[in-house]
Amino acid sequence: MKILVCIAHVPDTTSKISFVENNRKLDKNGLQFVIGPYDDFALARAVELRDQTGGKLTVLNVGTAETEPTIRKALAIGADNAIRVNAEPTDAYFVAYQIAEVAKKENFDLILMGRESSDYNGGQVHGMVGELLGIPSVSPVMKLDLNGNVATLAREIEGGKEYLEISLPFVAGCQEPIAEWKIPNMKGIMASRTKPLKVVEPVPVEMLTESITHELPPAKGACKMIPADEVEKLVELLKTEAKVL
Amino acid sequence: MQTVEQKELIKGGEFLIKDVNSAQIFIQEEFTEEQAMMAQACLDFLNKEIEPRLEEIDQAKSPELMRNLVKKAGELGLLATAVPAEYEGLGMSFNTSMLLADYVGMAHSFAVAFSAHTGIGTLPIVYYGNEEQKRKYLPKLASGEWISCYCLTEPDSGSDANSGKTRATLSAEGKHYIINGQKMWITNAGFADIFIVFAKIDDDKNLSAFIVEKGFGGITMNEPEKKLGIKGSDTRQVFFNDCHVPVENLLSERGNGFKIAVNILNIGRIKLAASCNGAAKKALEHSVRYAKERKQFNTAIANFGAIKEKIAKQATLIFVNESAYYRAGQNIDDCIEAFIANGMPEAEAKLKAFEQFAIECAIMKVFGSETLDYCVDEAVQIFGGMGYSAEAPVERCYRDSRINRIFEGTNEINRMLCVGTIVKRAMKGELNLMPAIMEVQKELMSGGGDLRFDNSFMSYEKAVLKNLKKATLMTAGAAVQKFTTNLQNEQEVMLNLADMLIQVYTLESAILRLEKLASIRGQASVAIQADMVRSFLLEAADTVYISGKNAINAFAEGEMHKALMGSLRKLSRTEAYNAKEARRRIADFILEQGKYPF
Ligand SMILES: Cc1cc2nc3c(=O)[nH]c(=O)nc-3n(C[C@H](O)[C@H](O)[C@H](O)COP(=O)(O)OP(=O)(O)OC[C@H]3O[C@@H](n4cnc5c(N)ncnc54)[C@H](O)[C@@H]3O)c2cc1C
Repeated sequence: MKILVCIAHVPDTTSKISFVENNRKLDKNGLQFVIGPYDDFALARAVELRDQTGGKLTVLNVGTAETEPTIRKALAIGADNAIRVNAEPTDAYFVAYQIAEVAKKENFDLILMGRESSDYNGGQVHGMVGELLGIPSVSPVMKLDLNGNVATLAREIEGGKEYLEISLPFVAGCQEPIAEWKIPNMKGIMASRTKPLKVVEPVPVEMLTESITHELPPAKGACKMIPADEVEKLVELLKTEAKVL
Repeated sequence: MQTVEQKELIKGGEFLIKDVNSAQIFIQEEFTEEQAMMAQACLDFLNKEIEPRLEEIDQAKSPELMRNLVKKAGELGLLATAVPAEYEGLGMSFNTSMLLADYVGMAHSFAVAFSAHTGIGTLPIVYYGNEEQKRKYLPKLASGEWISCYCLTEPDSGSDANSGKTRATLSAEGKHYIINGQKMWITNAGFADIFIVFAKIDDDKNLSAFIVEKGFGGITMNEPEKKLGIKGSDTRQVFFNDCHVPVENLLSERGNGFKIAVNILNIGRIKLAASCNGAAKKALEHSVRYAKERKQFNTAIANFGAIKEKIAKQATLIFVNESAYYRAGQNIDDCIEAFIANGMPEAEAKLKAFEQFAIECAIMKVFGSETLDYCVDEAVQIFGGMGYSAEAPVERCYRDSRINRIFEGTNEINRMLCVGTIVKRAMKGELNLMPAIMEVQKELMSGGGDLRFDNSFMSYEKAVLKNLKKATLMTAGAAVQKFTTNLQNEQEVMLNLADMLIQVYTLESAILRLEKLASIRGQASVAIQADMVRSFLLEAADTVYISGKNAINAFAEGEMHKALMGSLRKLSRTEAYNAKEARRRIADFILEQGKYPF
């Protein structure tokens, strides 16, 4: 059983985000980076499945050398080896293409990743990887059980759940509660230093999209508390101050 | 000037008489990616398992909750850091385990249970156990399968730890020691499997130590003590009634117990400074959040100078504290390595290294616990009336802080210990204190002692530090000359001298950290750290002056008094510096970051 988990290297969810170069680029200065939270769930489930099947678990990241601490954390959590495609990820297609290139050579039985990354939240990569490899892709997957070559999945759909059966290989975009996210243990952290981390160069890909600028949401205004028995005052303020009525 | 790259081995207590180069010290900014990952894992664990349960833990309905949480920490390897790899531990450096202690420190009662188990509960076996004892106990203690506690204190034997009445007598068949006696204030007793028990064999003058399994029988205990703080930490009286301990469970040799107790506490002391820092950072974070939210007079209270000053002082003490204990921690690690390289067995090397740095360990125990007490006190003040409410998080911070000045040797005991040890080493010729004192006296007699510095970075701060060291040497020298061996009975003077030592050591550590940091990152990017060091310097100089004055007033009269006070004034002099503006810059930075960011 060969499992691949693709991880994004994203700013910690509590980070204060700002932009540089005319709002074109994220200001990475002082930011702390982590494994994408959805990817973390995928990784946790993959570790369990690897332990259950006695297979091999590879993690992959498309990123420059600065993502290596994040990759090593995935190794500490339990991946057996890692591959870094040495490129600044530009868009979902670029990333998916690089993943598919690696996957073609390695014949993974299962490719897991988060339902979306928590930086750009595109949620497209799993679908594209499936397409590029010619195998099914399912998202968002909340439960994944293996029985030989067949997997049972639960998928969240509007107002309910869908259960499906699917044969290996396939791609899944995962979310909680597929597994409880894992904290690396000290032994795992010490072992991560010596696990293989292979760096491969990217293949050229046509650039399909380009982000031209970013805009931050307007700053939150001050909050005013109006006692429950002063409804009239509330209405007045909504008219005159908030100007929403 | 050339910087010495090669590490020269530093001796404990030498800081008072030797200039240290910043290249020789470790600063926490040098922790590796791996160590940072360990710290983050520890933080993730605390946020996931402990933080949401603080209230439940403090209600202490069943000892099982804490036991399970400690065990969960064990599953992550957090209990195994100091246990050698041969015994299924991780054998990490001392500074790594301090880093983890720093994080765990934010976890209130859990932190106490954690450090009692990993420290005083496990280390006696790590350092003094024989091969069989280590094989039998350490793997299970490292994993958390077994939890340990440390039974030294008795109702009539606290600070005077060697005066315990608990007795061990050899059984008629010669195969067991039979222990009888009463222990008090035993952390983790309610759920411990292993008890490290100190008792006197027959009529021995000195304690011996035993590894006692709960299953040996003859152990009963009271309900948990009802306490001011750390309410979730299980603390009990433990009674030994004909508890049969196999002779092979004697730890080390007969009569060696007091030495074990002292050395193990020594290690715990400096780690306590680290765990106090974690707790202090948390109190600061609460303070910052509330100061930004709370509005009075139409503005956030964070905008008031009075509040900024508190936030800046909290952050500054935290910065100074961590500069000092990580510096000492690395000195200890280096010393261990050097001893091992010279062929000393590992356990012995570690013990000798900690003994070597007993002065620094005692200094850090005091400074760390008092840093925390300052931080929680001002946190409550920043919260105003809300700070007094059990609903506010700082109320727990305040209650839980207080114990740190009491256990692991009270701060009085530790203050006297650091002065007593320095004097003892000087008498034995292990520390060249007397020549240094004589040199200072000579210099002062010939009108020296002026601040000498130039415009280079940190030159002024180092000049002040140098003079504060001289002030300490001068006062200590005069006190020793006056009281000779009777100095130990002049406790008030000992406490004054301890306060001078503490300021000198911590100030020096902060200066060296700043200097090293500036050499790595450039001066421009350490402006806030520089503000912290410089505003602390002002306070340190004042404390040295006041402590010195109190000491001198206690033993000098007439011309002698006049001369000493004149020199003290000169040696504790500082240049004009606007600490108010510096503290505003510090506070503004911390407020913007939302927490202690270094
Ligand atoms: C919550 C808690 C947990 C604890 N956990 C443990 C544990 O797990 N295992 C364990 O063995 N012990 C434990 N202790 C005991 C703790 O270490 C002692 O309380 C401490 O050493 C002080 O001893 P004491 O309480 O007898 O105070 P005392 O020694 O009676 O001291 C009372 C006061 O007198 C001062 N004093 C005492 N002697 C001198 C002196 N020579 N000169 C000047 N002043 C002096 C002290 O500084 C203090 O201010 C714990 C205590 C508490 C409160």
